[in-house]
Parts: sequence; structure tokens; C-alpha cells
Amino acid sequence: MIYRIQKEADKESLLVNMGPSHPAMHGTIRIMLELDGERVLNAELEVGYLHRGFEKTCEHKTYFNLLPYTDRLNYVSPLINNLGYVMTVEKLLGIEAPERAQYIRVLMSELSRISDHLTALAAMTMECGAFTVFLYMIQAREEIWNVIEQTTGARMTTSYIRIGGVRADLHPDMDPLLDKAIESTRKLMKDCHGLLDKNKIWINRTRDVAVVSPEMAINYGFTGPCLRASGVYYDVRKAHPYCVYDRIDFEVPLGDRGDNYDRYMVRMREMEQSLRIIEQAREQIPAVSSQNALISKLVEPAEAIEASRSKKIEAKISLSPNLEGSEKEVYPDILTEKKQAVVPPKEDTYTNIEGLIDHFKFFMKGHGIRPPKGDVYFSVEGGSGEVGFYIVSDGTDNPYRLHLRGPCFHIVAALEEMIKGHYIADIIPTFGSLNMIGGELDR
Amino acid sequence: MAGGWITTKLNYVLGWGRKFSLFHYPFITACCGMEYMSAACAHWDFDRFGCGLTTFSPRQADLIMVVGTISQKEAPVLKTIYDQMCEPKWVLAVGACTLSGGIYDNYAVVQGIDNIIPVDVYIPGCPPRPETFLDGIVKLQQKIQNQEQEFRWKRRK
Amino acid sequence: MEKKKVTDTLKAKFSEKIKEVSFPLGDETVFIERDALREICSFLMKEPFAFTMLLDLTCVDYAGENERFEMVYHLYSIVNKARLRIKTRLNEKDLEIESLTPMWKNANWLEREVFDMFGVHFEGHPYLRRLFMYEGFEGHPLRKDYPLRKRQPIIPMKRKE
Repeated sequence: MIYRIQKEADKESLLVNMGPSHPAMHGTIRIMLELDGERVLNAELEVGYLHRGFEKTCEHKTYFNLLPYTDRLNYVSPLINNLGYVMTVEKLLGIEAPERAQYIRVLMSELSRISDHLTALAAMTMECGAFTVFLYMIQAREEIWNVIEQTTGARMTTSYIRIGGVRADLHPDMDPLLDKAIESTRKLMKDCHGLLDKNKIWINRTRDVAVVSPEMAINYGFTGPCLRASGVYYDVRKAHPYCVYDRIDFEVPLGDRGDNYDRYMVRMREMEQSLRIIEQAREQIPAVSSQNALISKLVEPAEAIEASRSKKIEAKISLSPNLEGSEKEVYPDILTEKKQAVVPPKEDTYTNIEGLIDHFKFFMKGHGIRPPKGDVYFSVEGGSGEVGFYIVSDGTDNPYRLHLRGPCFHIVAALEEMIKGHYIADIIPTFGSLNMIGGELDR
Repeated sequence: MAGGWITTKLNYVLGWGRKFSLFHYPFITACCGMEYMSAACAHWDFDRFGCGLTTFSPRQADLIMVVGTISQKEAPVLKTIYDQMCEPKWVLAVGACTLSGGIYDNYAVVQGIDNIIPVDVYIPGCPPRPETFLDGIVKLQQKIQNQEQEFRWKRRK
Repeated sequence: MEKKKVTDTLKAKFSEKIKEVSFPLGDETVFIERDALREICSFLMKEPFAFTMLLDLTCVDYAGENERFEMVYHLYSIVNKARLRIKTRLNEKDLEIESLTPMWKNANWLEREVFDMFGVHFEGHPYLRRLFMYEGFEGHPLRKDYPLRKRQPIIPMKRKE
């Protein structure tokens, strides 16, 4: 099998393979290089080493069951992909989440975005030799994951954002952990700015390397920090606001030259803006509306089920620790009222017949979420750019076709042109600054 | 009898030496790589278990950690890298996708890397918490200690 | 820019090539003839519409229908913040369409992906070959008649399933 680079290569130059399992490749991607000494004359990429058949698998699952698959697409900011998928289905169904749920979604998205930028920059700087920055950033990421874990139950692949709202309310003890996470991220960013911004070595390695002009960026379909580093102002949160982003005041940082240094700087500045968004969302979030008007005595579940056989239960039932945050009283705040789209609360499922029927009809094969026929496209701002979902529905409970518009796909397609004429050592920070995530590239 | 005592002690010493100085090759593909980064960094360090040196050449590694989904396209690459390692070598399969294909039962994913290479310790989870990862490394160390340390290198199939 | 200006202008200029215009759920959609694709796209790239970005290019397999494959293009204009969806249908026996690589560079990889997954040929593509699947893989996975679990391993697997 002859590759294009083998056909086009000069007889005297060296062909080198930076193979699928390479330490500086974030994930698995193969770059074939034609070299003259250390200078790259030509490059060809081969992708698909992490192709996991996401789109085909989704055609065989129901809309509710395929949430965990969306987590694993852009696995450094999983909550944003969840959000993208869920908002697409909500657009198709025509429902809207309650206000408190939207604020929670914004909060979680921004925490995910910070964790995405931290991981990208940590990997990029580690490969250039700045190991301290890597350790600091991963430590700050741990603090953020602690906050996410307290509310959602998992550090990374959470499946927290559900169709119609979120799965559970924020944990009552979230404030101290969130304060600690924000403070440690701010302190860390100050340290990293001090270590890297004016560092001669860093500037030499990243300034004026792999410059992308605005026209080239738009022609390639770049979105996200890579496009903004070239100077083009396009952010989905500002251009087509979704959730409650229109009520929150934040800036969108732009670069001027479109080189690696600008991509690094745009990400650092975006993290600061995300912290601002989190603080504003915390202040503006509406309080829990239910007032606990029921009797204050907590009844055990087994007792409640027994008692419900003869009469309707009025008391509040204590739930298992796994269901913390999704008690019946908070349901109006976190999930929409439309019954066919959400799982009914467990108190209803186990104590009265209507709840049981709702539960059964949600999960039974052939029933459940069945959007009307049609197709829809919706996009959110992910860590690397515009994450878009295109869903074609044929009226049954499985999507007929689900397509992901992954931002990394378009950005990595430009890598072949970006590294021409540079040295091999320049490939490393370039590739790191693009933030390629294998799950999104190869689906 | 004295010979038996000496070989047992030699076995013990070799096992002790090998288990506390593992050079590992992280074969990272997907999401579990994030938890690998967490387990390797300051909070849940696995350097204190002796496993800290990440070597980027399989020829100098004893342990290959397969972290993340292995697709059918990647399988020959994994086999090549496993074959390039010298005996004695161990394999750690991290994450549900390497154990059995995970949640991906389709045309593109290998249903478990033990279809391709022999595995020593399986670490379940999707992704496994760093504590589970460390537990897996400790179990591997116990296995290395109790193994027959061959000094005529027998090929393992 | 008002919602319908793009579709009205298109209908006026290319009336015989446009089959249908619709607004499902607020997204502007235009259904065109297969041959008019490049013409319409180059018209849309210029001012005042300025659809300079190709957001997405994909294909849907409607198995059982006469015109089986539907190509879907999403264009975006940063200046006007407008999206447009262009659709066209292809017959299974005549699975060819013009490539958009001269106009947008990301169409290169997007079309390779559609060729890999569905088998659609793109005329004028400089390097049409499989992107995600490996050489030696037979068939096109995302078509409806390809079974989900049919594996074609490159190296022999120890366990048979």
C-alpha cells in the first residue's frame, strides 16, 4: 500500500514514521514525515486508530441509553458533550429545562472546560520540558474533579446532564470545595503565568511557529481557541447563546498572530473567564423552590412501600445515598415537567401505581423517548471548539442517524500544512497546542 | 537440600528486585489515560511503589500498561510493541475496554486484549479510580514476588 | 439578516435546481439537485451571504427508499451568524457527487470519511481513500446492511466469538 507521501517524496530525503504509539502523541495518531535533516518537507497523517464505532452503535441504542457513549467522546471535558447531545434532543422534543437546572449546567460545563484547558496545557508544556507546570495543573484538576465528584458521583465520565435537566441537585456542602478549587486554580494560573509567559525558552519554542492566518483558519473550519488565537471572533456562547449564557457577563479572549504562543495564551485567559462565569452563576442561581411542607419525620423505604399498599403516603421518605439530590421535592427544579422525557422520582415509582406505570413506559423497549420525525442540528461550545450533533429521528425510540461534528477533526486536518517547513522539535508544541482528543477525532 | 534453600532465597531476592523496579511503557489510547495521569502525578503517586520510571522505548521496559480502547486497526501495533519487549515482561490491562471491549461491542473494537497478548493483571473500571490502579500495581507486585524467576529465559506463549 | 433572505434569493436565482425549502425547528434547509452543488456553494461563499465556513458534511442512509443516500451539508457564516443546511439525494447505482475540496480545505477529510463509511465517490477529490478503517476492510460500516458486530480482524484473535 503506497501512501501519498511515498509517491511525492524526493529520492534523497528521509521518510520517518512517528507511529501510533508515541509518547508525545496524545492518544494514537500516525504522522509520516519526509525529512531533510531535521526540517520537515512534507507530512501525511493517518488517523482512525481509536475508531470505536460510536455512530453505528448509537443507532442501536435508545436516546436515554446512549448518554454514556457521549461522555467518552471528548473525554477531558465530558460534561460538555453530554450537554451538546442533550440539548439537541431537547430541541427535537421541544422541551426546556428549568432555570435552576440551566444554571447548574453552566456551572458544570465551565468546570469541565477549565479541566480541559488544564489537561491540554499540562501535556503541551510537559512535552516541552516544563514538568513542574504539568504537576501543578494536574493538582488543580484534582480539586476540580473533587467538586464534580461530590455532586455527580464520578470524576470523569459522569452522564450527569440528562434530557430535561440534570440528574441531581448540587450537593449541600459544595461551597467549601468549590471555593478551594477556584482559589487553587487562580493561584496556579498566577504561578504558571510567572513560569512561562516571559520565559525565553518557551517563547523561542512557541512564538511564530505554525502560524495560522485567519483566512486559512476559516477555510479549514477551525472553531474554538484555535480560531480565536488567529484573531477571528466566534464563540458559540456569544453568537448563539444557549442555557443562561446571555445573562452572564464574560469576555472572549482573542490572539493576534495565530501561532502556538497565542493558542497557549488564549487558553490561559479563557480559564480566567470561566472562573468569572462560575462565580456569577453561583450568585445568580435561583434557590430551591420547594419548601418542605410535608411532615418532617423521615420514613424508611421498606416501611413506606408496605404502607403505600393501603393508603397514599404523605410523609417524606428517606432515600439511599446513591439517590442523594434527586428527591421528589427537588424534581421541579432540576428536571422538566414533561413526563415522557424523564425518569419519574423513586418515591413515586415504589409507592403509587401512576409512578410505576410512568417508570415502566419510560424504560420499556419500543416506548420511552420517541421524538417526532425529522432532523436537527445543535451545537455548543466545547473545549476545542464547536461540538455539534446532527440527529435524524424516524419516530422510534432509537435514533436513525446520529452524527457528531467534532471540532478536533477539522483542526487536525490542518496539521499537515502547519508543520511544513519547521523542525521535528516544532511538531511537539504544535500538536500539543491543537488539543487533539482521540475520542472526538476518530469517534 | 542446601541447593533448594539457595534457589528459593535467590528466587526471593530476584523477585524483590524485579517488583520494586519496574520500568513501564504506557500504551495510552483513550479516556483511561486521564486516570493514568492522575495516578502518576503528585496526589496518588505510583512512583512510591517503584513503578515510576516511564520509559518510552519498549525495548527497555518490563511492564506494558495497556490503557484505553484497542481498536482492530491498533491491534497489530500492540502486538509489535509487545514482541519488542524482552523477557521477563508483564502486561497490565487497565480499563473495561481492554478487559472485554467495554461498552463497545461492534465492528471496530477488539473484545479484550487477551485475544492478542497474555495479560497478568486486569484492572476493571470505566475509568478505574487511581486507588484501583494502585491496587492493581500492588497485586502485580505480589504476583511477581511469588512467580518462578527463571534464569534460563523460557519463552512464554 | 432576516431568516428567509438566503432561501428567497436562492429560489429566485436557481429556481429549477432547488426542489424544496423548509424550516424544520428553525433551521433553514434547502433541498437541491445533485449537479448544482458546486454552483450554489460558490454563489453562497461570496458577499453578502459570506458562508465562508463548511461546518459539516455527512450522509444518511435511508435503506429501502429509491434514492437511498442523502448528503447533508452545513454551511456557516461568521459575519452574519447564519447557518444553512443543504441536502441532496443520491441513487445507489450512481453514487457520485462533486467534491468541494477546491473551495474548502476541510472537505478533504470529511469526504474521505463519507467514502469510508458509506462508499460515496467524490469527483475531483485529490486523494480519495479510507480514513478510519484499515486497508483490507471490506464493506462500508455505516450502511444499514452492514451488521454491527461483524468484525474483520487483521491479526488472528485467540478467542472465537
